[in-house]
Amino acid sequence: MALVEIRDVYKKFGHVEVLKGVSLDVAEGEIVTIIGRSGSGKSTLLRCINALETIEGGEIRVEGRQIHAKMPDLRQFRQRVGIVFQAFNLFPHLNVERNVTLAPLLTGGIGKAEARALAEDVLTRVGLADKIDAWPEQLSGGQQQRVAIARCLAMKPHLMLFDEVTSALDPELVGEVLKVMEAMARQGMTMILVTHEMGFARNVANRIVFMHQGRVWEEGPPAELFAHPKTPELKSFIASVK
Amino acid sequence: MRSFAFVDLVSLVTAVQWTVLLVVLALVFGAPLGLALATARISRHAPLRWAASGIIQLIQGVPLLGLLFFFYFGMPVFLGLQVPALIAVTVAYTLYTAGFLGDIWRGSLQAVKQAQWEAGACLGLSLTQQFFHIIGPQALRMATPPTVGFLVQLIKGTSLASIVGFVELARAGQVTSAATFQPLLTYSVVAAIYFALCLPLTLWSRSLEARLNGAR
Amino acid sequence: MNFQPLWRYQDQLIEGVLITLALTLVAAIVGLVIGVAGAVALRGNFRPARMLVRSYIELFRNTPSLIQIFLIFFVLPSFGLKLPAFESAAVALSLYFGAYSVEIVRAGLDSIPKSQIEAGQCLGLTGWQVFRHIVLPPAMRNVYPAFTSQFVLLLLGTSLASQVAAGELFHVASFIESRTYRSFEVYAAICVIYFALVMAFKALFAVIDATAFRWPRRQ
Repeated sequence: MALVEIRDVYKKFGHVEVLKGVSLDVAEGEIVTIIGRSGSGKSTLLRCINALETIEGGEIRVEGRQIHAKMPDLRQFRQRVGIVFQAFNLFPHLNVERNVTLAPLLTGGIGKAEARALAEDVLTRVGLADKIDAWPEQLSGGQQQRVAIARCLAMKPHLMLFDEVTSALDPELVGEVLKVMEAMARQGMTMILVTHEMGFARNVANRIVFMHQGRVWEEGPPAELFAHPKTPELKSFIASVK
Repeated sequence: MRSFAFVDLVSLVTAVQWTVLLVVLALVFGAPLGLALATARISRHAPLRWAASGIIQLIQGVPLLGLLFFFYFGMPVFLGLQVPALIAVTVAYTLYTAGFLGDIWRGSLQAVKQAQWEAGACLGLSLTQQFFHIIGPQALRMATPPTVGFLVQLIKGTSLASIVGFVELARAGQVTSAATFQPLLTYSVVAAIYFALCLPLTLWSRSLEARLNGAR
Repeated sequence: MNFQPLWRYQDQLIEGVLITLALTLVAAIVGLVIGVAGAVALRGNFRPARMLVRSYIELFRNTPSLIQIFLIFFVLPSFGLKLPAFESAAVALSLYFGAYSVEIVRAGLDSIPKSQIEAGQCLGLTGWQVFRHIVLPPAMRNVYPAFTSQFVLLLLGTSLASQVAAGELFHVASFIESRTYRSFEVYAAICVIYFALVMAFKALFAVIDATAFRWPRRQ
């Protein structure tokens, strides 16, 4: 059984159909990269997996359980799924330690001392142990995004979603974030990413999903997909991002 | 004792002209003074800035009622002669208006980015030209909603002139209320007239602000 | 000019200041509670509640505070509800301050981007936890300046309660005036006292600002 099962999902914003019957399976430990032009529905699909958007048709199952915004244990579910956003969304009024430990303290029943140790642990994993007492505003974009990843790691998630996490960064800061994500991939984390970083998609992902006009247009292992695109849409997309 | 009649309504509505007169006088004298305070507040000369800031803090730091009484009883002390209530009241409202508008306009002037002054200087404009051609127009756009908002505060504030005996809308209300023994009706009518004067301005200010936020 | 005769009225002046402070704090606290309730109603889905709050705001913001005090003091008795002067003024000023507070509180809540709330939800926090830990602190900072300047206007506005003889500072002034006939000196001194109160509160607000909101501002 796949960890994430997406079956024939439909989603509309007003009259605009963003997802038109998307199906996709992601196995435990797999790293799936979703690529496609803006407006192809990739970010929306990611947000649906975490029930940030409600779907109009089809179903999404994670660990065999159907996901929707009104499920009774939505909060427990979300604690097992980490999501990192394009705009970091750190909490400006909390320092790095409090950003990382707020949710474990409020939901996990851990104490202050454990929280500090937890923060040190996850911040070390993203290479920012020395920034534990800094304010988000004092950090570069790349550092803020790594704190955002650490904030998810503190929840010990089974699944990580990345929504264009390097798109808002200056080019010289992209590498440090990708390096952290590569390390997570090596440790066997199940990851679904929406990204424009084709190098990362090619080198780290097990599978590439090309979305076009709200549908999964083409999918397959990176080497094959990039070398022999079957559809003209993917061909022109690959040409445009080279 | 007599009951509230049509003639009372007429006398209340007539009293509005005195309210309007106070507002116009306060703006005619207070707005230029406010502009002077605002520009002094952003001047390069520190003593000028401190003086303007002190005056604004002082005006905003005492009750309007206090200002009114201070000048109502103070004018004879300062000038050594009795002056009509209208003059004393006008002086108080002028300073009140200058203090608040000076602060509002200072904020608008400072909200224009420093780079805009520099851009003007790079074009070889004088400081005055920079102010009137580059900074002023941009500040004016930002200043309009809060200025209209202050206008509402000023109109409501003119009701205090009644307390030093100046007969405007609120005072006419007190007189009518005392004559008719119908405070509920009288004060409701008075409130309704103020409401009719202020609401359009409030709505206008809000739509201006919404447009400004939309444009940003 | 002779301020000498005023010294004898020290006790009355101090009492007046205390009543002014009491009136200000009561109206500020009650008004803030109204502000929170009103802002919640405005953001809610219940249309009649929204319309009620909107009319309340427009009614109290577009009529003079003085007339509101008169209406409550002179008119409520005809409905069999006779309130003493201080209580009448407190009710009127609370309602007046409340009308401004609703807008302030709402602006504060609106100033927090939806993405912050989503980030909290994605961490599995409850609605209340998101509000308490993620929305409230930055929202309070964003509207702190608006709140403090409205508070100063309220403090000065309590002087209107003198018109129903509520016993606050300005009422004490008119009492001293009637005893000494030193009109100018009395009102000059009263202005100085109000100014000192305002400055003291501004200093207090600055201290609170520096201690409560320590995180750096967004660039």
